[in-house]
Amino acid sequence: MEKVNPAELQRLIDSFAGKELYIHLETTNGSYAAHFNEGFFNAGAFIRNAQIRFELGKVAGEAPHRVGLKLPYGWVYAQGITHYELDQHGRLLMAGLDGEGKLAVALELSETPFAY
Amino acid sequence: MAGTIEKERSVLVVFPHPDDEAFGTSGTLSKYVDMGVPVTYACLTLGEMGRNLGIPPFATRETLPEVRKTELQAAADAIGITDLRMMGFRDKTVEFEDDEKMVKLITDLIDELDPSLIVTFYPGYSVHPDHEATARAVVRAVRRLPEDKRPKMYLVAFSNDTEKDLGQPDVVHEVAEMLDRKLRTLKAHSSQTAYMMEGLEAAIAAGEPEAIDRFSKERFYHYRWHEDFEESF
Repeated sequence: MEKVNPAELQRLIDSFAGKELYIHLETTNGSYAAHFNEGFFNAGAFIRNAQIRFELGKVAGEAPHRVGLKLPYGWVYAQGITHYELDQHGRLLMAGLDGEGKLAVALELSETPFAY
Repeated sequence: MAGTIEKERSVLVVFPHPDDEAFGTSGTLSKYVDMGVPVTYACLTLGEMGRNLGIPPFATRETLPEVRKTELQAAADAIGITDLRMMGFRDKTVEFEDDEKMVKLITDLIDELDPSLIVTFYPGYSVHPDHEATARAVVRAVRRLPEDKRPKMYLVAFSNDTEKDLGQPDVVHEVAEMLDRKLRTLKAHSSQTAYMMEGLEAAIAAGEPEAIDRFSKERFYHYRWHEDFEESF
């Protein structure tokens, strides 16, 4: 993955618009957050291989970026996106890595299901 | 006090993540391997949801499982474990699996391997939801056996309230002579440990008592059946 080039990422997101896609969306503080910092309110969400189709996708803001996808009947967005890659399987992998290189958010789009 | 490591008939190790075995048990497991005790390591997931991807990133969310699979095999090789089983679950989902299915998974391993000792986490004191789910499944499977047929359990506990509730570990193994293999095991999991290895090796090389004590002793608890975490399952 490389640091987000907003114009290039926008071009890639556009190339997925209107297609039947599988999505991976994840936010996490890590399972140890409340162990190392007692009282920390640990929240996160994870969805993998839900099927979506979006009509409009945008990269917004300065780095770290926000990415929003407008669906025919709803929305998907991720905040804190720092890195991206179009991988060898043609999947668009976006992630937000914190200052220590730890993943805090991931948004991935693929025309084929992600591995279990 | 550090005690001698008892010889076992066979040992079953059950952890959910590659590297769960490295910090607290790899010295002990190396000793069993050297004693000629068969050791089976059932690792439930590939740590697919690990957060550390590095600066610059060395992996993606999608390539991390392959990275960690290779690391797990290298760690097993460093310890000398020849029976490594990757059980195919997904990181952070173990607690959401069917509970009876998880018990059966452990029961089947016990039936097949007839271990005299099982090494896993202590339910209620192991922090990560996957650790807890793994520990519950093991305790439930063992609880179903007649008392005189139950394998011994050495359980790893590290939640912040461990000492308050359980006191001092009742099994402490001196594994200083295995420090080299333990460091090799930790290094094998470099996607998870690289950030700390340099400091750790320097501390050990400099003979810092705290680092040496931490890594040359491995601490476990027997399961307290009289304070079972549930009445039955």
